[in-house]
Amino acid sequence: MKQTTEKIIELNNITKTYASGITAVSDFNLYVQKGEFVTLLGPSGCGKTTTLRMIAGFELPTEGEILLNGKNISTLPPYERPVNTVFQRYALFPHMNIFENIAFGLRQKKMASGIISKKVKHVLDLVDLEGFEGRSVNTLSGGQQQRVAIARALVNEPEILLLDEPLGALDLKMRKEMQLELKEMHERLGITFIYVTHDQEEALTMSDIIVVMNEGKIQQIGRPEDIYNEPKNVFVADFIGDSNLFNGIMTDHLKVRFCGGTFDCVDDIEKGTHITAVVRPEDVIITNPDEGTIWGRVDSVIFKGIHYEITVICGKNEVVIQSVNAPKVGEFVGLQVDPDNIHIMATGDSTNYFMADIRPDFRLEFNGKHLDTSVTAIISGSSRREDGMLVNSLGDAIDPARTKIMIGIHPKDITMTDQIEEGLIDGYISNLVYKGDHYSYVIHTEIGQDFVVDDEYLWNMNDHVGLIMPVEKMTFKLK
Amino acid sequence: MQIFKLSRKSLGIPYGIFLILFVVLPLLVLFYFAFTNGQGHFTLANLSDFFTDPNTLGTLFYSFAVALVTTALCLLLAYPAAYFLATSSLKQKEVLLLLFIMPMWINFSLRITALKEILTVIEGNLARYPFANAVVGMTYDFLPFMILPIYNTISRLDPSLIEAAKDLGANERHAFLKVTLPLSMPGVISGIAMVFLPAMTNYVVLDMLYNSTYIMGSLIGSYFSAYNWHGGSMIALILLAIIILFTILTGTDQDDRASGTGGALL
Repeated sequence: MKQTTEKIIELNNITKTYASGITAVSDFNLYVQKGEFVTLLGPSGCGKTTTLRMIAGFELPTEGEILLNGKNISTLPPYERPVNTVFQRYALFPHMNIFENIAFGLRQKKMASGIISKKVKHVLDLVDLEGFEGRSVNTLSGGQQQRVAIARALVNEPEILLLDEPLGALDLKMRKEMQLELKEMHERLGITFIYVTHDQEEALTMSDIIVVMNEGKIQQIGRPEDIYNEPKNVFVADFIGDSNLFNGIMTDHLKVRFCGGTFDCVDDIEKGTHITAVVRPEDVIITNPDEGTIWGRVDSVIFKGIHYEITVICGKNEVVIQSVNAPKVGEFVGLQVDPDNIHIMATGDSTNYFMADIRPDFRLEFNGKHLDTSVTAIISGSSRREDGMLVNSLGDAIDPARTKIMIGIHPKDITMTDQIEEGLIDGYISNLVYKGDHYSYVIHTEIGQDFVVDDEYLWNMNDHVGLIMPVEKMTFKLK
Repeated sequence: MQIFKLSRKSLGIPYGIFLILFVVLPLLVLFYFAFTNGQGHFTLANLSDFFTDPNTLGTLFYSFAVALVTTALCLLLAYPAAYFLATSSLKQKEVLLLLFIMPMWINFSLRITALKEILTVIEGNLARYPFANAVVGMTYDFLPFMILPIYNTISRLDPSLIEAAKDLGANERHAFLKVTLPLSMPGVISGIAMVFLPAMTNYVVLDMLYNSTYIMGSLIGSYFSAYNWHGGSMIALILLAIIILFTILTGTDQDDRASGTGGALL
């Protein structure tokens, strides 16, 4: 643990609720150490920009406190905070030339004009825009405006530089260049950077610490490597990089079963726990069919420049693989994963998820049987167009043939039956664990997907059962 | 293709005819009368008469004074209102804006007649304060034309510019003076152009207020009603020259955004 004095900023129990009743950020706790490059990462609407705006002073937290060097600044107006912001769309003053834009903050401090010119020249050198003093804002390219915006913030020598998606408006090549430049600038200046982005690659490239956010809450805080290799939950695993996520169960000590196979793993989790396994596409090894832990047929091979992206269908599971060697489409292959490369997360919630197809008549189909509901009934505001397309409430047309519905159902809502035909799907009990007041079963089905079922009665291993799943207990998500 | 081109062009013909009949020809006639005398000979006498006659010069300065005070008053009333409307997070601000511009949709003579009655009640005799009445009448009439362009420019300002100013250490007042005010100038200039020039000439307002003072518009009217077409035309031309000069000086013709004064509402 480093000393408390090194914490430059602390956000304690910060909650922001707008007058409209929407909570943008809830119970946010974070401290940043002096000189760190911290990135708030998350999808749009996750509260990352609101958090940054509260640090800048543009928004006041509804609850909680913000400490800067131990001093509470929660209610200070922005102009009294020793932090400066680089805005998403630069926000350069169009009625001032570059010099005046950069000098704005210094003039507010009533500095002598000689010192101002010197400082402006210095930061212009820093951002590689020597001699741009007299240019007007609208003669500059996006990248140049970006640099001016950075210079305008840095010239005030802020304790913390806040950057709100500063590279969002630049093209890819420029963005990559600026990423490296910003990173280098951070190392050279030693100023604390708090950076907001929705681009996970950008966050991984630049940051010392990443704060992954979703729906106003922190999902995980950690170094880029940790966030990538040891995601704490399904959201982080899914958001950071491409990953394969499988629902499974611990079948034995250091043994995990998912995707129709039993793998060795290194996470010591209690037997019988429902888990989500995360396997990165680059960690799946393609082998001969007889050497694989699981088997499947190659569905697609896409060339991605430095590697191929290969999709293999194993039962009902789709496994995405990145490899420099490409198998043929339709080929039967075996798949292995090194125990180190299987990351296991215990799921508090062991909901079963499976994919259903949409039939032309808009009813849902799974395992060759139709469900007693239709796609228009589960997506509010949607309707069927004459040409057979699905139209959602926003008026977007969706092709039902290319769309799947992810159905979720909780283990306690599935009933097992001896009458095989009554079930939506059938299978054999491959695992059972007593959970105090009920048994938790794993049903291995022919399509390769395991279902978890809770039942208070004892069934036997290898019993053949049908699974009855009431439609009203299901949750649906368009995929 | 040929036919299509032809038909596209021919769409402009009706307006072209209108333009020639009612704009170009009258302008030529105006020029002709301004620079000729009763016998049809070329003369600059109408021009020199205007600048030597103390009456006409007096009227010019009086009109200037009325227009100047009217514009200043409009600006003083309109800017804070427009600023408040544009920056407030009020949900009903569209309604408020509507209330400000609603008078424009009510018949002009009705409005001025109502104003006349009110002024009569207050002042007793309208003849007592002719200058003040002229200014009040004009201000009442032209205020919406000042509010709209200013409102439009301020509400189109990127809020992050104000935030940037505050972020860089400017308090509310400085952020306003250094950023909002200079960036709203196109709207202000546009508003001035829409108020100042009509305020110099719109003598109907004065007539309806039983105001016996002369502004440029009334002067021209009096020349024509006395059948002095030559002198009247010259004054109209001089006014036109002033307008053109004003437009060039303020550069309003170059700034499309500023002159777009909420056409939808007008």
